[in-house]
Amino acid sequence: MESTSQNSKMTDPNTTLSPLELESHDKTYLDANELVINMGPQHPATHGVLRVILRLDGEKVLGLECVIGYLHRGVEKIGEHRTYTMFNPYVDRMDYVAAVSNGLGYCETVEKLLNVEAPPRAQHVRVILTELNRIASHQLWLGTHALDIGAITPLFYTFRDREEILKIYEKYCGARLTTHAFRIGGLQYETYSGFEKEVKNFLTFFRPKIDEYEELLTTNRIWVERTKNVGIISAADCIAFGVTGPVLRASGVMWDLRKAQPYANYKNFDFDIPIGENGDTYDRYLVRMAEMRQSVRIIEQAVDALPEGPIMAKVPKVMKPPVGEVYHSIESPKGELGYFIVSDGSTQPYRLRVRPPSFVNLQALDVMCRGQLVADVIAVIGTIDIVLGEVDR
Amino acid sequence: MHEIIQYISSYLTSDKTPGAAGNMFWAFVYIMLVFLGLSVAVIAMNWLERKILAHMQVRLGPMRVGPHGLLQPIADAIKLLLKEDIMPAEADGFVFWMAPLIVVLAAFTVFVVVPFGPTHAITDMNIGILFMLGVSSLSVLGIVMAGWASNSHYPLIGALRSSAQMVSYEVAMGLAVVSAILMTSLNAEGTGTLSMIGIVQAQQAQGEWFIFKFFPLGLVAFFIFAVAMVAETNRAPFDLAEAESELTAGFHTEYSGFRWSLFFLAEYSAMIAVSSIAVTLWLGGWLRPFPNWLQGSPWDQIFSFFPGVTFLFFAAICFYNTARMPKHPLFRVQTIGLAGFGVVLGLIGLVLFIPAVSLRVQDIFWFSAKVAGFMYLYIWYRGTFPRYRFDQLMQMGWKVLLPMGLGVLILTAGVALLQQNIWHP
Repeated sequence: MESTSQNSKMTDPNTTLSPLELESHDKTYLDANELVINMGPQHPATHGVLRVILRLDGEKVLGLECVIGYLHRGVEKIGEHRTYTMFNPYVDRMDYVAAVSNGLGYCETVEKLLNVEAPPRAQHVRVILTELNRIASHQLWLGTHALDIGAITPLFYTFRDREEILKIYEKYCGARLTTHAFRIGGLQYETYSGFEKEVKNFLTFFRPKIDEYEELLTTNRIWVERTKNVGIISAADCIAFGVTGPVLRASGVMWDLRKAQPYANYKNFDFDIPIGENGDTYDRYLVRMAEMRQSVRIIEQAVDALPEGPIMAKVPKVMKPPVGEVYHSIESPKGELGYFIVSDGSTQPYRLRVRPPSFVNLQALDVMCRGQLVADVIAVIGTIDIVLGEVDR
Repeated sequence: MHEIIQYISSYLTSDKTPGAAGNMFWAFVYIMLVFLGLSVAVIAMNWLERKILAHMQVRLGPMRVGPHGLLQPIADAIKLLLKEDIMPAEADGFVFWMAPLIVVLAAFTVFVVVPFGPTHAITDMNIGILFMLGVSSLSVLGIVMAGWASNSHYPLIGALRSSAQMVSYEVAMGLAVVSAILMTSLNAEGTGTLSMIGIVQAQQAQGEWFIFKFFPLGLVAFFIFAVAMVAETNRAPFDLAEAESELTAGFHTEYSGFRWSLFFLAEYSAMIAVSSIAVTLWLGGWLRPFPNWLQGSPWDQIFSFFPGVTFLFFAAICFYNTARMPKHPLFRVQTIGLAGFGVVLGLIGLVLFIPAVSLRVQDIFWFSAKVAGFMYLYIWYRGTFPRYRFDQLMQMGWKVLLPMGLGVLILTAGVALLQQNIWHP
């Protein structure tokens, strides 16, 4: 948090900008020491429709404010008017690059409310698909993040390999992106024949690909210069802002819900939680790359130990959970994804609230960008890994 | 009538460039040829960049317009010309209108002195290299004007970045150029030259391209120039002025249609121009490779076949792909077109085997081939590198390249002095 500017109003970290302040500017710029730039909602690097109001001194960022809501669809309100089963596909539309994780979080929350548990085979398949989704999400992040920093080639490599994951999804449930793969109480579909083999083939195909990505970037001098010491956030700040996921772990906090509060059957699998030291963009990059390798490990174990048995627990056709409330969260690729459901005993939730990781993590953007340059803002937006569908819901 | 013909034909035996010989007719012809060649080169470069970049990125690139997308640049040009020409309401109209013209003017004017061969240049100026550097740096003026006149934030930042970048890299570039010019004075009279043709002839006389001269001094100077020229033309990894992901499109954000295509044209011809400088100063201009190791007339004979062989090779690629075209009737026009293109290339190749033609033209071939190598490097950089940040760019320009350039210049001068006075008095 730099404070070298002469303008005391801007250096005060509590000052925020009103979107209206954008309009009042002398046309010649001659009176202005600082430049107010409106980045987005239509901008190639804001990952959708994020609008960032930047206040610049030359190229240095004095402060910024995020304006969100351009993709607001009222998902939580919709939830109050749908039955528990009907709402299930809607959650896929929040974080659409990690739709399977969203579905897992929702299904597990309702299961907790109903007090049922999915059978072991369903749990294993859920873990496999969710971890595949983590890889797919990280691949998309890597491609777009590198593109933001100016390396255009990794995008095509990651999309080529992500295609293989989407093919598995398509074969499993017919959809590639918004999969609706899980049902409350287990799975709708049994795995197709050759599922295990295809997943294993993917793993052997994918392992060298991670090295390929790393070869392009990890020791690339320009990449390291662009990401090291950029967008630093301390562990204390992360915790204060409620930042979770790879951003938190890159700051050195070993907090992963898969280990901290094991859900599904993650406690049966052996994997490490990669953490960083400096909390800069480079560490976040390394953490995510390592997470992809760990996901490969988890999937491998899950496929090897895939048990036989039913895929659906006993769930009533018309779900009327007991009166009460429940909060359950999972580790989505972007951080802690939580669902809070209040039930009034009817077929529809009384209140449904989502705690999206992207929305919470985005708060830290201002802290991470202050005193950096415009180019770093782009790098930091990329490294937080937001999906605007999830931020705005 | 007779006098006119005599005037025209009198140049044919001259060993000077048309400008230096004072023959206006041939000078005009050369201007037209260079302009035409440059336009074709930009079109070809557009297609090649997209294809090569696509193949680096595991995709196909343009495939639909014409066989293998060969007509895509033409389709794009038509699209750009037909587009509405938008000028923002708040823009400074006159400056907005002038900016692309200045950029294009600067980019094209430098080709007046580019030596495609000992006689193949529009003119030979005794201050050729100064003229090139001076005129090509005019383009920054156009960029700043474009950014300012757009009256918009992103173009303004883009223009500021671009001007700072060009100014700081020009210094390092100039120092590298001076060290090469110093090398031209290593002859019996001790007189150097600034003429582009003179520089190549000096390399010929000394029997050594300047990139290998005083190894590794020439190489280092070349390296400095090679880095600075990428920065000078605003190409990846130094494309901060038009950093797509940061500034949407930088200084030409507000430009559209024909005006935008002028910037595009200028960018590519500037790339060709600075590559020509690099080729002239360090890579022996129009001279064929290995002049020292492979001397004698049989080798001259062999190397004179290269232009023809190259065109025949391209023709062969065309025929190979013609054979691979789908046999469906829908593709008949494309197949015939590709075969026709191959025939044209093949005929050019055969014509180039005629000794009289190849003797006259092989200089142009070698020069273009070297420039094409640089063009490939530009594309390769773009596919490989992330983008530098503004402060890192400045740091590299002022803290790395400038001291390096100064050091090389001083060392070159010292070694040259020693060689002139002590080793070979």
